[in-house]
Amino acid sequence: MSKKHLYMLTGILAGVAALVFLYKLFLLEFPLTPGEKTETWRVETRILVQTTGGAAKVALNIPQTAGNFTVISQSFVTGGWGLTTATEGFNRQATYSINKAEGEHALYYRAVVHRAKTVRPPPGARSEEPEIPEKTSYVDAELSAARTIVRAATREAADSQTLIRLVMKQLNTPTPEGPAQFLLQKNPGSRGIAEVGAELLRIGGLPARAVHGLALKPDRRNARFEHWIEFFADGGWQPYDPKTDKFEVPADSMPWWYGRTRLVHAFGTTKTETIVSVREAFEFTLRTALSRTRDLEKNLIDFSVFGLPLQTQAVYQLLLTVPVGILLLVVLRNIIGVKTFGTFMPVLIALAFRQTELVWGLILFSIVLSIGIGVRFYLEKLKLLLVPRLACVVIVVVMIMAFLSILSHKLGFDRGLSVALFPIVILSMTIERMTIVWDERGAQEAFKQAFGSLVVSVLCYLVMNLPIVQHLVFVFPETLLLVLAGTLLLGRYSGYRLLELPRFRVLGGSR
Amino acid sequence: MLDFGLWKRLRDNGVLGLNDRNANFVLVYNQRRNYPLVDDKVLTKELAIKAGAAVPDLYGLIEIQQQVSSFPDIVKDRENFVVKPAEGSQGEGIIVIKGRSGGMYRTAGGSLIDDNQMAFHLSNILSGVFSLGGQPDKAIIEYCVEFDPVFEALTYRGVPDIRIIVFLGVPVMAMVRLPTRQSDGKANLHQGAIGAGIDMATGMTLTAVKGNSVVDTHPDTFNKVSGTQIPNWPVLLEMAARSYEMTNLGYQGIDIVLDRDRGPMILELNARPGLNIQIANRAGLRTRLEAVEKNRDGLKKVEDRVAFTIAQFGAHEARAA
Repeated sequence: MSKKHLYMLTGILAGVAALVFLYKLFLLEFPLTPGEKTETWRVETRILVQTTGGAAKVALNIPQTAGNFTVISQSFVTGGWGLTTATEGFNRQATYSINKAEGEHALYYRAVVHRAKTVRPPPGARSEEPEIPEKTSYVDAELSAARTIVRAATREAADSQTLIRLVMKQLNTPTPEGPAQFLLQKNPGSRGIAEVGAELLRIGGLPARAVHGLALKPDRRNARFEHWIEFFADGGWQPYDPKTDKFEVPADSMPWWYGRTRLVHAFGTTKTETIVSVREAFEFTLRTALSRTRDLEKNLIDFSVFGLPLQTQAVYQLLLTVPVGILLLVVLRNIIGVKTFGTFMPVLIALAFRQTELVWGLILFSIVLSIGIGVRFYLEKLKLLLVPRLACVVIVVVMIMAFLSILSHKLGFDRGLSVALFPIVILSMTIERMTIVWDERGAQEAFKQAFGSLVVSVLCYLVMNLPIVQHLVFVFPETLLLVLAGTLLLGRYSGYRLLELPRFRVLGGSR
Repeated sequence: MLDFGLWKRLRDNGVLGLNDRNANFVLVYNQRRNYPLVDDKVLTKELAIKAGAAVPDLYGLIEIQQQVSSFPDIVKDRENFVVKPAEGSQGEGIIVIKGRSGGMYRTAGGSLIDDNQMAFHLSNILSGVFSLGGQPDKAIIEYCVEFDPVFEALTYRGVPDIRIIVFLGVPVMAMVRLPTRQSDGKANLHQGAIGAGIDMATGMTLTAVKGNSVVDTHPDTFNKVSGTQIPNWPVLLEMAARSYEMTNLGYQGIDIVLDRDRGPMILELNARPGLNIQIANRAGLRTRLEAVEKNRDGLKKVEDRVAFTIAQFGAHEARAA
């Protein structure tokens, strides 16, 4: 009777999942595979401001259609603030303002950007040479330092390209105490190089501007801007990337704003925090969803994961794959019979592998585990009670991680930094469990279980990282109902575990 | 590499798998609220005394840290005794004391322990070092079994015990667990002890399991394992059959030790007994469990259940299955 109940439940779950899935697939035309989506990106800027009670104003530079990138739609969430937009020089600026505001406010800007797939040929219509808003802001010592660099470069330059290379060479490898060093002091980093470079080129008579842009790549929760230079030649703006010294920038770099201004200017606020995130838009914004105006369908899209802020969406893209990993774990444990430490530890380790990448994850995991085991065996000699002993292991694990991060950073592998994302407590429990198994059942059994855990983690990682799996659970979260139904069914599987077959071999007789 | 022929042969021979045991027996016949009765050895002991079964006498119980200092008082008149965690698993944390020398306690293994070391061990037990899941625990101080010489030739130190699987009050399969040098005197199959199957009809030992394979000689004493008669076998069967009424757990394992002077005693009960007992008996559990399930209506009385065991589960029947 309970079996009938179970089959009914799984049948209903599977049926609901199939209905929603098919509705979305055929009527809403959601794409079935990750490859089918158009190259559309959702960009979100979240500005957190702390206001003091008086009037406040926040100006944000917003992206415009440029090159291969088309801004299809944009929206502002102002939470009661007024909004105006205006053109400032090369930039389009949105200004949020309020007369009286207290406490913390979150201001959102969202845009949907389409990237043309083919690299566009240089603009056909030759535009006129642009007017540079201001030639230079340098005065006195700075101006003469700038002139020193430019004069040397113009003496040797044959054309605008060589001029750029000569000027940028000075900035990229500034001689200590030299004029380039002096100019970069106030404006360091790659942003400074681009801004100072553009300024110097203008002094040298070449129309140029610094460009601040964003690489449109999947899953960027706290995206950082990249900086390059554009100069005007042959009737159009041409890019120059100071980092690579090439007259091109990566195809996925979208220009956002130009010149020496910052992304956000705030007045009347005490603290401003800006987070920019990017993710691929799965939702057919272009061809299908935009053309759909019926309320039900709009609400359906709104009332799904896509309605969430981008940063949260990125979290869910990760989280929604966890059930798939769990299902795999159930299969491996209850049908194959693999032994692991802790029930869900392998899935958590697999999540950590997503941050560290597989090979590094395995190396780091093994290092932390082996050092931890060593320490744990030493603690055994001190005869500590259980809770303090576990606490010591946790502390040691944290220290090992910090040390590994520092070491790998010094050695130049930044991968090691992501070790910190390993679930510390889970690792500590694993170390504890492994030593106990080691003591009670011997080293062989302990290594067998450790190996089992690792194999399961790796398999979970591989499955959870399949683009098709990520795409399906994110675009069609109802597939998780299928996963649930499958797990429920596995809960009543009472056949042999595959690894039990060799165990009971002698009972098989010789028939 | 997958041998589906083997799968089918195991099925035909009625071999019980882990999933099968959990899904169709443990989950169905064992109610969770009864688990504490077997997990806590103090409760088990009380139940057994109430049911009139013999258990090792309880000398004292240490439940909180403050009581640790009273330990010397508890054992001041005792030469031999056992200290063990009430909710320990796999025989961990048990110390057997056989006499004293100077102010120290002498363990069965021959090493000496002073009061401080004993107090530290008791604190460890209380903090849950040996308990399942690490919950706080109690320490039991009890009578040390003087084991019956019947298994002397088959034991390397330690105390052998007899594990009987009882299903719905019917003893279905049994083995005697014999400590080895590898198991360090512990009667624990995971640690290298061997388990000898028992003919349920006669109480005669059969061949043994070591790890997952069949052996017929003890690895340390080199004596033949099979053919030893367990004394008072019908008494053991009756004890096992009665344990069902004690705990109401439909599927359980009962561990019995044989004392030289006081006969069989219940050591502990187990709600999820292991499956290697099938290898020791070279017989599948499932066949026997199904036989009991089919006849359960006629098996209400203890005598009927014991008679059913003797009639149905003798070694010749098992071989024929």
